[in-house]
Amino acid sequence: MKKYTPYIILILLLVWHTVLFAQDRFPRPEFESGYVYNTNQMPTQRAPGWEYFDVAVLIAALAITSWLALKKRSRQGLIWMSVFSLAYFGFYRQGCICAVGSVQNVSLALFNQGYSIPLSALLFFLIPLLFALAYGRVFCAGVCPLGAIQELTGFRPVKLPKSVEIILSAVPFIYLALAVLFSSTNSQFIICRYDPFVGIFRLDASYTMIIFGVLLLLAGIFVNRPYCRYLCPYGVLLNVFSRFAGKHLTITPAECTNCRLCEEVCPYNAIIPSNLDQKIEEPEKSRSRFIIYLILVPFFAVGGAYLLYNLAPALASVNTNVQLAKEIRLEKQTGIESISKAVIAFKESGKTETELFTQEEMIIDRFKKASPWAGLFLGISLGVGIIALTLQSRRSEYKPNQGKCYSCGRCFKYCPIKARN
Amino acid sequence: MAEKNKYQSRRDFVRNAGKLAIILPLAFIPVALAKKTSVNGYVWQIDPFKCTQCGQCKTNCVLTPSASKCVHAFQMCGFCDLCGGYLRQGVKTISTGAENQMCPTAAITRKFVEEPYFEYTINENLCDGCAKCVKGCADFGNGSLYMQIRHNICVNCNDCSIARSCPSNAISRVPATAQYMPKDKSHSSEHGAKSSG
Repeated sequence: MKKYTPYIILILLLVWHTVLFAQDRFPRPEFESGYVYNTNQMPTQRAPGWEYFDVAVLIAALAITSWLALKKRSRQGLIWMSVFSLAYFGFYRQGCICAVGSVQNVSLALFNQGYSIPLSALLFFLIPLLFALAYGRVFCAGVCPLGAIQELTGFRPVKLPKSVEIILSAVPFIYLALAVLFSSTNSQFIICRYDPFVGIFRLDASYTMIIFGVLLLLAGIFVNRPYCRYLCPYGVLLNVFSRFAGKHLTITPAECTNCRLCEEVCPYNAIIPSNLDQKIEEPEKSRSRFIIYLILVPFFAVGGAYLLYNLAPALASVNTNVQLAKEIRLEKQTGIESISKAVIAFKESGKTETELFTQEEMIIDRFKKASPWAGLFLGISLGVGIIALTLQSRRSEYKPNQGKCYSCGRCFKYCPIKARN
Repeated sequence: MAEKNKYQSRRDFVRNAGKLAIILPLAFIPVALAKKTSVNGYVWQIDPFKCTQCGQCKTNCVLTPSASKCVHAFQMCGFCDLCGGYLRQGVKTISTGAENQMCPTAAITRKFVEEPYFEYTINENLCDGCAKCVKGCADFGNGSLYMQIRHNICVNCNDCSIARSCPSNAISRVPATAQYMPKDKSHSSEHGAKSSG
């Protein structure tokens, strides 16, 4: 028994310790004057039902835009649609519930346990894609607030050289791959973080993002829709879906007479001219080129996967826990105490360093598993893009490039043919 | 006849095959997410027991002034005369003079209740979420002042920019059905034991 006495005393002391600290440092007063405790107002977000109202507005706006672009063929109508979307989804809803960012919610929900996607976000992701599959990129034409603000400020369209255009249009693919990679590993939502116009919608943002947004808008006066063309990651999906659109906007309401009046008007290089008068390469030659590029696709895919697999540790450093682990390690190496708030908070939290380092290890492992898929996607996209360059066909009319066309309707008024009704 | 014209050209075939190839994954997404969809959605909230009062809430919110504000749990308060949240450290006199106040925007009102107790109320319109009073109350007091994101102000960003910069990972998504994490009596003992260690 004597042997155990110190332990018993220790346990008693520990129990007493918790009792002591269970009390507040300053006990609650016992009021005599009949004081009634104040209560806090905890105002809530607007009711969740309103998000479904947003979904309804989205569907209505998409339907009206499709009708305006495909049936009514009214550029004026599309501009008014843009004004409406900019006002509602942009300035009233302050840019937050948007289809562009919903990509990340979907990938976060697909690859992470503790997160279930809000139904409204899922609908915002799916509905514009379904409309793209039916009617082309009508979402870009008049519903997306980011597109609308650029559409309305694109006064003086200038065409970029084709080579620059091709190189820049690879950026959205990389952006999409990284955004999905970062959100699926629960690290960051880069699309939302670097959304250039949301600050303008809220009339409030960090200094650098305002500058970025305003510069994009200024550039957009000449190079129309710079964000849509060279950055928008959701546009990549819309681009693919729109290529298989059941019905798409046409330049001419009836038969194309090859008058070439529309040739130069599209600021997005999205009009495919007819090539009846051009000589077509021998089929033999183009076929062998096609086969060579087809064989190259797997190499691109493997190369992309290998490249991103090796980049995984570097990419993982967007995760705050990995950053913190790096800082802690650096602190130990150099012996200089870190003054960053994350490190101070970490030391206060009572988490051990080994816990942090195993967590870091786990996150890097997740990146190593996920990033080859992103690389695979990029490699295949590159391969398919190159193959598409070799395809050629006889075209007897001027047609919009369904992937690139934003259905903005600028070309309508240049077509001299009028519908008969 | 119908069979003969099934694929009028290779182009049509490619188009249909491509359509199918992209519709299938699209159809797969709702199926895969069927069990992981919430009808109500999420909002962002600060866990007051993880918060280290670093002051990033004030500067990192997309809104100015920040949507995160100080909230006072009256039930926990000691109604002290010498209040760690209201008065600066080492004040000469205990008074409502501006030079004595911790709050840079004078958002805390001090009201006499009865000897020797004072009631402190936060004026939300003045509070800019700097968390100085919260730190003061945590250091010298019951920790009855705490930070919360006010959802009548918050625009509910997809990725909360304070959460991204929060050094103690105190901000997370909470179901929209329970938008606040109030600090009440039941938690305070746990907190006391934690902060002492």
